[in-house]
Amino acid sequence: MTAPLLEVSGLAKHFPVERGVLFSQRLGVVRAVDGVSFTVERGETLALVGESGCGKSTTARLVLRLIPPTAGTIRFGGEDITRLQGEALRRLRQRMQIIFQDPFASLNPRMTVAEILEEPLKVHGIGGRAERQARVRELLGLVGLASYHAGRYPHEFSGGQRQRIGIARALAPNPELVVCDEPVSALDVSIQAQVVNLLGDLKRELDLSYLFIAHDLAVVKHVADRVAVMYLGRIVEMAGKDEIFAAPRHPYTRTLLAAIPRPDPHLKPAAVASGDIPSPLDPPAGCHFHTRCAFAIARCRSESPVLAAAGGGNGAGHFVACHRAEELPAAVLPHGAAALPPNAERRLALYAELSRGA
Amino acid sequence: MTELLRIEGLRTVFRQKMGEVPAVDGVDLAVERGETLGIVGESGCGKSVLSLSIMRLVAAPGRIAAGRVLFEGNDLLGLPAAAMRAIRGNRIAMIFQEPMTSLNPAHSVGRQIMEAMRAHDRSLGARALRARAVEALARVRIPAPERRLHEYPHQLSGGMRQRVMIAMALACRPDLLIADEPTTALDVTVQAEILALLGDLQRETGMAIILITHDLGVVAETADRVAVMYAGRIVEQGPVGALFDDPQHPYTLGLLGSIPRLEQTRERLLAIDGAVPPPFALPSGCRFHPRCVFAHEACAETDPKLARVGADAGHRVACLRAPLEQFVSRAA
Repeated sequence: MTAPLLEVSGLAKHFPVERGVLFSQRLGVVRAVDGVSFTVERGETLALVGESGCGKSTTARLVLRLIPPTAGTIRFGGEDITRLQGEALRRLRQRMQIIFQDPFASLNPRMTVAEILEEPLKVHGIGGRAERQARVRELLGLVGLASYHAGRYPHEFSGGQRQRIGIARALAPNPELVVCDEPVSALDVSIQAQVVNLLGDLKRELDLSYLFIAHDLAVVKHVADRVAVMYLGRIVEMAGKDEIFAAPRHPYTRTLLAAIPRPDPHLKPAAVASGDIPSPLDPPAGCHFHTRCAFAIARCRSESPVLAAAGGGNGAGHFVACHRAEELPAAVLPHGAAALPPNAERRLALYAELSRGA
Repeated sequence: MTELLRIEGLRTVFRQKMGEVPAVDGVDLAVERGETLGIVGESGCGKSVLSLSIMRLVAAPGRIAAGRVLFEGNDLLGLPAAAMRAIRGNRIAMIFQEPMTSLNPAHSVGRQIMEAMRAHDRSLGARALRARAVEALARVRIPAPERRLHEYPHQLSGGMRQRVMIAMALACRPDLLIADEPTTALDVTVQAEILALLGDLQRETGMAIILITHDLGVVAETADRVAVMYAGRIVEQGPVGALFDDPQHPYTLGLLGSIPRLEQTRERLLAIDGAVPPPFALPSGCRFHPRCVFAHEACAETDPKLARVGADAGHRVACLRAPLEQFVSRAA
């Protein structure tokens, strides 16, 4: 068996919080990422899911070596890249690329699409002028844009098209790993579906691996092979996609699932764990989630649970960090009976059939 | 139920190089007291311009070219500016998508709430204002409201900021709240909380809500009636039950199919190809026909009108191919 493409262990990033400039005084430390371990196999999509402020984007930046970690190691293709510097680091960047959340802020408004797509090729010294231009045309085709789009500027495109340009730019140097940082959160639902489908097609065609960052578990269901749920800098549950959606063990995972709006007016909105995510500057003692957890007991307030293999069921590869994981009642999934009404389902099936034919 | 707002033939145009182009093009709608009307569509379909038109907040080069907006029977479009100001924020209030940009970063939350209150009631003294601001924050379930008064927008989370916006909007106890994508920038958990809060407040105060969103899932959980908008027009409308049980317009179906669903095993999502046409390049006939998988030749020529469809008397659709049953039976 070959080594995983990406192997992260004990990764941590602590940001000091200081007051004053000259005689600065340390007020505390934000543990944005606090001991995170996971792997991404070749050809696999691992989704990192959690609310704003849980540390998922910081984790992505650490993996890409855009910021230095406080502790832990990152191995890419079997090689330790945690302390890589200079030319070696630059060459590594060709193999790992990123797609950003905001397609409006992440494209230079003064560059044409051709220039945007050519830039990573120039930076990495890939091909001559003619080859690069051929590659630009190829990339546009890959993401479903036309070759005449090459001469246009970002402002001439809609949000969904801009995100396609961002995807093409990430694919330009032929990376092995693509970090997708909330690539569809800023898009309309209908455009989200287009981009989610495109990412799936590209992964199969180009044999890519994704680290997919998201806050919406419903989107994740359609892209991920495995899912890791993060809360306040730590992974609280990790499992294969089918396992985590069929039998979520951590109360936080259940909260995220219950919060998804369902397109069925006959269902009552689910009650959702209330309250904001606590400040990472001063996280609650014990299990970080106990302040919002309906199942919390005294032990949860004092003792921090570790991520351990979940017992029972077909829990191979299912890890959960919860003192009560074994004794919680089976999750009552709010979406259990939620098939669409027969008329809607029939017409949607027809819609699917016609759009395949088209 | 009595009718609170009625919109008739509303047309809002924007002046461009090639002449005036319509962003809202002949919209008829009604909102009853105490109900929630969901308006659904993609970016660029005209739903935000529609809500700004109700408030008479359309800025140049845009203008309202035709139609009436009847609020309790009075046409808002004919009111003098001062009379409109007395309604805006007082009887009809509005909240926006991005709570960070809607709040002033240089002033404390309390000062901003009190400023809005004083604008509508000059007789209030400092102490009374403060008490009402605390009450307004408490009403949107913000913990320790006295302390929050002194905080600045950057000190609050996205959900708390949206609560502050709602507190400001509801300070004058409006009869109608227009919520323009109020939860789009928020986490799903926070979205669920804000939607539940809006529902609770509606039950407490009896206000009507116009909820504008691109997500049919949000509409299903909150709205009593739904209007689906495309390229400046309403293409389907009806009670929420009828619309979801018996969706008729191909665009409604496309929006429904785009929602990633947990119980769905299909790997590929149904997507609507292409994008909303810009108002200066509207297709002939049915404006949706270039993106429609059900379209045939007539759709490019004839502009369909809203007409009754299905079992429910309030359910209307603008589609030449409706009911799509003719295809359903063939496929079955």
